[in-house]
Amino acid sequence: MPDAPLSQPAFLTLSGISKRYAGVRALEGVDFACERGKIHAVLGENGAGKSTLIKIIAGVVQPDTGAMRLDGRDVSFATPSAANAAGVVCIFQELSLMPDLSVADNISIASPPRRFGLIDARAQRRRAEELLAVIGCEDVNPLMRVRDLPLSRRQVVEIAKALGKKPQLLILDEATSALTSADVEKVYAMLARLKAEGVAILYISHRMHEVEALADRASVFRNGRHIETFDKGRRSTADIVQLMIGRDIATQYPPKPARGSPKPVLAVDNLSWDKSLDCISLSVGAGEIVGLGGLDGQGQKSLLLALFGVLRGVSGQVTVEGREVRPGSPAAAKSVGIALVPEDRKTEGLMLPMSIADNLVIASLDAISTGPLVDRVRENDAIKRAIARLQIKIGAPGDAVATLSGGNQQKVVLAKWLMTDPRIILLNDPTRGIDVGTKQELYRLMRELADQGAAILFYSTDYDELIGCCDRVAIMYDGRIVRELEGDELNETNIIASALNIDAAAPDSPGAAHA
Amino acid sequence: MLDDVAIRVRQNIGIVTAVLLFSILYLLYNLSHPKGFSSAVLVQNGDEIFALAMLAMAQTVPVLASGLDLSVGAVMTMVGCFASYLLTGVGAPLHLDIFGLHLGLGTFPGGMGGILLGIVICLATGALAGFVNGCVVVYGRIQPIIATLATGAIYIGIALFLRPTPGGKIDEDLNWALTNSLGDFAQTIHIFDDGAAPWFAPVAWIPVPFVLLVLIALLVWVPFRRSVIGRAVYAVGSAEGAAYMSGLPIDRAKIAAFTLAGFFAGCGGLFLAIQTSSGNADIPQAGAYTLNSIASVVIGGTSLLGGTGSAIGSIFGAMVLRVISFFFRIFDIAPLLQPLFEGLILLAAVSIGALGVLRVKNTLELFR
Amino acid sequence: MSSASLSLSRDDRPILIAALFILVILVAGTVYTFARFGSAPLLSPTYLLQQLQIGAFLGIVAAGMMMVILIAQIDLSVPWTLAAAAMMATSIGGPLAIPVGLGVGLLVGLVNGIGVAYLRVPSMIFTLGVNAVMRGLMVAHTGGYAPQTGATDLMRMLAGDRTLGIPNALFVWIAVSVLVTIVLQRTTLGRYVYAIGNKEAAAYLAGVDTRRITVICFVLCGLAAALAGVLLAGYSTKAYQGMGDAYLLPSIAAVVIGGTNILGGRGRYLGTLIGVVLIVLLNSVLSIMDMPEAGRQVIYGLVIIFMLLVYGRGERVTS
Repeated sequence: MPDAPLSQPAFLTLSGISKRYAGVRALEGVDFACERGKIHAVLGENGAGKSTLIKIIAGVVQPDTGAMRLDGRDVSFATPSAANAAGVVCIFQELSLMPDLSVADNISIASPPRRFGLIDARAQRRRAEELLAVIGCEDVNPLMRVRDLPLSRRQVVEIAKALGKKPQLLILDEATSALTSADVEKVYAMLARLKAEGVAILYISHRMHEVEALADRASVFRNGRHIETFDKGRRSTADIVQLMIGRDIATQYPPKPARGSPKPVLAVDNLSWDKSLDCISLSVGAGEIVGLGGLDGQGQKSLLLALFGVLRGVSGQVTVEGREVRPGSPAAAKSVGIALVPEDRKTEGLMLPMSIADNLVIASLDAISTGPLVDRVRENDAIKRAIARLQIKIGAPGDAVATLSGGNQQKVVLAKWLMTDPRIILLNDPTRGIDVGTKQELYRLMRELADQGAAILFYSTDYDELIGCCDRVAIMYDGRIVRELEGDELNETNIIASALNIDAAAPDSPGAAHA
Repeated sequence: MLDDVAIRVRQNIGIVTAVLLFSILYLLYNLSHPKGFSSAVLVQNGDEIFALAMLAMAQTVPVLASGLDLSVGAVMTMVGCFASYLLTGVGAPLHLDIFGLHLGLGTFPGGMGGILLGIVICLATGALAGFVNGCVVVYGRIQPIIATLATGAIYIGIALFLRPTPGGKIDEDLNWALTNSLGDFAQTIHIFDDGAAPWFAPVAWIPVPFVLLVLIALLVWVPFRRSVIGRAVYAVGSAEGAAYMSGLPIDRAKIAAFTLAGFFAGCGGLFLAIQTSSGNADIPQAGAYTLNSIASVVIGGTSLLGGTGSAIGSIFGAMVLRVISFFFRIFDIAPLLQPLFEGLILLAAVSIGALGVLRVKNTLELFR
Repeated sequence: MSSASLSLSRDDRPILIAALFILVILVAGTVYTFARFGSAPLLSPTYLLQQLQIGAFLGIVAAGMMMVILIAQIDLSVPWTLAAAAMMATSIGGPLAIPVGLGVGLLVGLVNGIGVAYLRVPSMIFTLGVNAVMRGLMVAHTGGYAPQTGATDLMRMLAGDRTLGIPNALFVWIAVSVLVTIVLQRTTLGRYVYAIGNKEAAAYLAGVDTRRITVICFVLCGLAAALAGVLLAGYSTKAYQGMGDAYLLPSIAAVVIGGTNILGGRGRYLGTLIGVVLIVLLNSVLSIMDMPEAGRQVIYGLVIIFMLLVYGRGERVTS
């Protein structure tokens, strides 16, 4: 299909770009162009080649073949700093911040203001304050260590850092995935300003509504190839999704079964912890998917961690199938049938260098062992079944789990827990940064598990997902559950209203984030 | 503004604690010492502290880049052995006996010029050893802890080759000038009316080692800390991948970290040789200094994981360790019990520091 | 492990290279002795068995050290755990000598494990302190002199005697090796060890009791050091000050030369075994050559660097 023509000479042109990693094709003969003053969305499933594409543009990796032209000149970037010097700046999905350095240090890390050859701390701080003000986040103190900031603020710093490099071509790779809704608005405003100044912007996101709201043009990638580029409004969401996964999809979310009154598997009563959980009462029944919604950092993650025995000093009562439990560690939580898919699959969910097989069995070794000895026959059986059940796309079970795409990695995390036959499954934003196809598989799987009697507590930052997947959604605000929505009440308007605590008496500090 | 101060204190709580701990211990020590608060006691303490303080600084830099340097004690020892040939103060012919060959290396100059040249060569040797460490780590891509274990053996080998048995000589004036008070220093090198100038009197009591320590900290460490490459060292230790993405010169930062470590260790070795007036390829001593340097770094509030801390904190860490052993002299504890107490105090210090883990409310934070 | 098929080559490469290097040492040493003395002692089984007997002590220490390195920790208390076990065993004497000696190792391991796992003090520091404490206790116990008590008959028999011409110490080493191999390859403990070494937080969140595993690893390391101490005392018929000092760095070197990642999570026991043999043979060739200490140290350092360079350099961090 011919691509829509450009309205002006291209700012960046890629022609015939190919890249292989250890024989595996990541990009194949890609032609691509983008222009100044436009926001250009790059769409595709994980593994479609988007990451490789932007890594090549940003100088992180070098293409095997092909040519790149920037502003009419042939270029090839050997390092990220070479790309930066040419005005190509990328905000990576994996944050590029140094957690032990201050916000000011991080923002000016590449080219700090100097006096007598040494870094001028004051000028650096002023610069940080100015840049943070540009995105409307003056509340971040530049002296703070990045480690001490919540994830959403770190992403703000990341954006400020990129702005400080005076980009001509700005690439955002899932750069808003951890932002609070309020910050997302500010970032949109900033992007609009940059666009007006003639900056070319490449925008990568898995959130379709973001793409719809922002992009002037979009390019779809699949299996390392550039499939199609089109202007805003030329394609429906359904079309786009179909282009991305290359096949039809009937409905995005599996149908919800009729609601009965299931017997509660998990009951939480008056749960409090530190400053971030305040008298939480909640129950999840067998076969139910209960969502946790609200702004980022209102205690949703803490609630999941508290139930999983990670937090100390939790007060209140937790009952599992009528028996009171008090898990003091993940091991104890596991023994009463609780599973957790953690926030960060790369550091908390997986041992990346280890094999897929080793990662799959780690939580259920006791079940496939006789005494201290692992029964290899049962182990291999269990691994095969898990891989088949979740349709994890792998070469061999002995491959390092790091070689899988993000979506498949998340499936491994989930499969690991399914092997323990959990009664309660806690999910902490499991679809963050995962492609559409895998997301749908995960939704289907969640529903399947619920149908088999599991109780699922599902935290997501994506409201759409909560509405589509959950039987009920509990909205949290400042450590409390302010509202439970179900049935027809469960819609975006209500979620947003409750998330901002608009119908509560006195919203003291909306958006107050907890670490 | 108050906010800023609070943030800074919180971020440097380790260093603040080390400084407080040292101040209290040292105050107690002087109070219980019969000649406490006198220049003589200060001078003696300064001499005993200097080498370890330098090694603690040396250890800090690679640790900040999240690498450990197990060769600092060996570099110190090797440089000390070089010093015992080069700082004799009298012109002496140098020769090399290797595999039965006798190679004359000409005559090394004597006098002040010779001594200064010797000092420069010794410090350059230390820095070179550190540079080699850095290259092995960066270009050989070998884990720092193992790479420096290996290079440490090589440096000790060189030291043993130079001084199979303890010996050599250091210029006596040099020894006297650097291991006493500023007044003695001025008198020895004939400045400030041989140290008798009236304006000089108020500072004449200060021990030279302390002055050297402060000078090295201010002229070498502080500029390094505030340089681009110095910050890159912190960045690499904090998150190497992110540092690469930010376009920082990772390789250069690591090499610089190890080179600076070698330089500091060389300073320590030079001083130790001057202080003891000899070169001694003492393997157990080298090992003890290396291990104590790691202990100093930790007590000084630098994380072994890299990214946070400061060489200044490590100096105080080293001083805390040394002051503890001073107490043995005062309280006349049987020398036999000394290692036991040293070990117990080290364990107690790190364990008390670790009691914070009991207050951690989110156990995931323990795994950072 | 079930994952062996693909990671095999990655983990086996160092083992193969180290084995080849052992051959090189043997050949070079033999050429030297043949040229100089007209004999080839390195190739005589008697001599090799004798060297392996000495190597057994290092081998047992290294086996314990490997458990700790695999979970990304280190045990610097090995020297004085070894010496303390030997001293306590000889001073108790009688049938209780060996149990008491091993008890010392168990206790030290327990303390190390608790300090590292529960207080979360870096093992580098905590075990360093424990080493100083053990040294202090032993110096106080012996008054700083060489202990006058001797090893029991059983200790001498285990370390010094031979059965069917093969040194008993070798049998002990083999037994330890079989045990460690089974633990690492076939048990849940082994899986947890590799998991913790790769990513402790992920193992913890998978419901693994990481603290218990850490303590177990340190206890095993302490026990191994103690066993080596008891045997070494039996071999030399007595305990002596500083008898463990020569075992710390070589045991770490043996583990690393055997291909185990010093940062934990990767490595096979067979490699450690070969690493120990390599170091022992290197030492004996150097002593046959009358190499002075200076030369030995330099060669020692060069060999470690050379081996690791040949194994292939670590991954570059790019993202």
